[in-house]
Amino acid sequence: MGAIKIAAPLSDETILSLKTGDEVLISGTIYTARDQAHFRLVKLIEENKPLPFDLKGQIIYYVGPTPEKPGEVIGSAGPTTSYRMDKYAPLLIERGLKGMIGKGKRSAEVKEAIKKYKAVYFGAIGGAGALISKTVKYSKIIAYEDLLSEAVRKLTVEDFPAIVVNDVYGGDLYEEGRQKYENKYNNIAV
Amino acid sequence: MRAIESEEISNAVKNLIINSSVNLPEDTYKSLKLALAEEISEQGKTVLNKILLNAEIAKTELKPLCQDTGLAVFFVEIGKGVSIRGKNFTDAINQGTRLGYAEGFLRKSTCDPLSRKNIGDNTPAVIHYDFTDGDKIKIMYAAKGGGSENMSGLKMMRPSDGKDGIIDFAVETMRSAGPNPCPPNIVGIGIGGNFERSAVLAKKSLFRKLGEINGDPELAEMEKIIFEKINNIGTGPMGFGGICTVIGVHITKEPCHIASLPVAVNIECHSHRHSEVII
Repeated sequence: MGAIKIAAPLSDETILSLKTGDEVLISGTIYTARDQAHFRLVKLIEENKPLPFDLKGQIIYYVGPTPEKPGEVIGSAGPTTSYRMDKYAPLLIERGLKGMIGKGKRSAEVKEAIKKYKAVYFGAIGGAGALISKTVKYSKIIAYEDLLSEAVRKLTVEDFPAIVVNDVYGGDLYEEGRQKYENKYNNIAV
Repeated sequence: MRAIESEEISNAVKNLIINSSVNLPEDTYKSLKLALAEEISEQGKTVLNKILLNAEIAKTELKPLCQDTGLAVFFVEIGKGVSIRGKNFTDAINQGTRLGYAEGFLRKSTCDPLSRKNIGDNTPAVIHYDFTDGDKIKIMYAAKGGGSENMSGLKMMRPSDGKDGIIDFAVETMRSAGPNPCPPNIVGIGIGGNFERSAVLAKKSLFRKLGEINGDPELAEMEKIIFEKINNIGTGPMGFGGICTVIGVHITKEPCHIASLPVAVNIECHSHRHSEVII
């Protein structure tokens, strides 16, 4: 099965159509944020202050790119491990965030928020930062420049490759994939 | 005594760092190709193909393989016939680290552990020293990413836990890590020494060439068992399911206290960036 092309920000229709295991190519606008940016975003929400961007329908990509060389749009830009954002993600989802791109397992609370508020979690390929950077056509720091690589960026992406890990129906690719291949290794190596 | 200028050391370190960031070592590339040939999961094959393509792009476009260009880790061996002029050795390595991460446009990932404020130049490097004969300096470098490091573990086991206990601990560490440390991984295991020494041994084990058989037959056998058990977990490339979860298991052991059995399991990602230079 080929990859499904989807547009960002995400529509409810797109989210409902996505199933765990679907390969997708994302095009449109997404935002970057990782540890420290999440800490600040959640603090703003708790203090009832405006966020640097409107969360409604948006995708946040967990990434801290390498500095771009002169003439480059962005440096190497693969996903970071998502669980560190688990503490903050449910509140952002409640406030309208619809998609997250990262790598690795999510907490029960995040998966519950994904189901309840109809969002989706995509896995990207960790350690493929050079390859993924080619799909980023525009990048601009819009907040927290002092955080260096952890600053919030607005990105325009074209055919950003990812896979649906957690869908609105409770699917989890990490659990399903692992179970399918458990005890299938038959000493073909070495 | 052979005199070496600290600047020469800094320059060598700078070059190691910049080159490692874009060149996946040959042994890693070969092991990933081997994994691709063995992988039965379609999703796993797709991931491995993209990882290999990423390595090609990084090399030709001089773009870092991964945005996590790591904490700079060094194992150095200093010959007794060497004297260093200028900066002291630690400062020379840190200066090389500073230069490498700046000139290579690499990400600076060190921060204060509490305030989380970025240090800004990726120092301090983590440096392990050893002193040898001769009049040369050997510098082994690894760019160690945070994602895989975070999934590592250390356990002060009971001597009665024995080999089976060690094997179980290594396999369970990888099972609970699941997709997080960017599999397929390399697993470095340090057995013995004491609390901190076992971790150093585990880290040092990662430097062994992939595909090289352990010279100690007993450890080689343990490596084989752990390798198979981990690949039977089913995690697969990037955790999407598959039979290639590790591409190498390397064990080093050292004597320990009669009351102890320290075991450290250090996980390394597939972007296994390491290289060395002799000055």
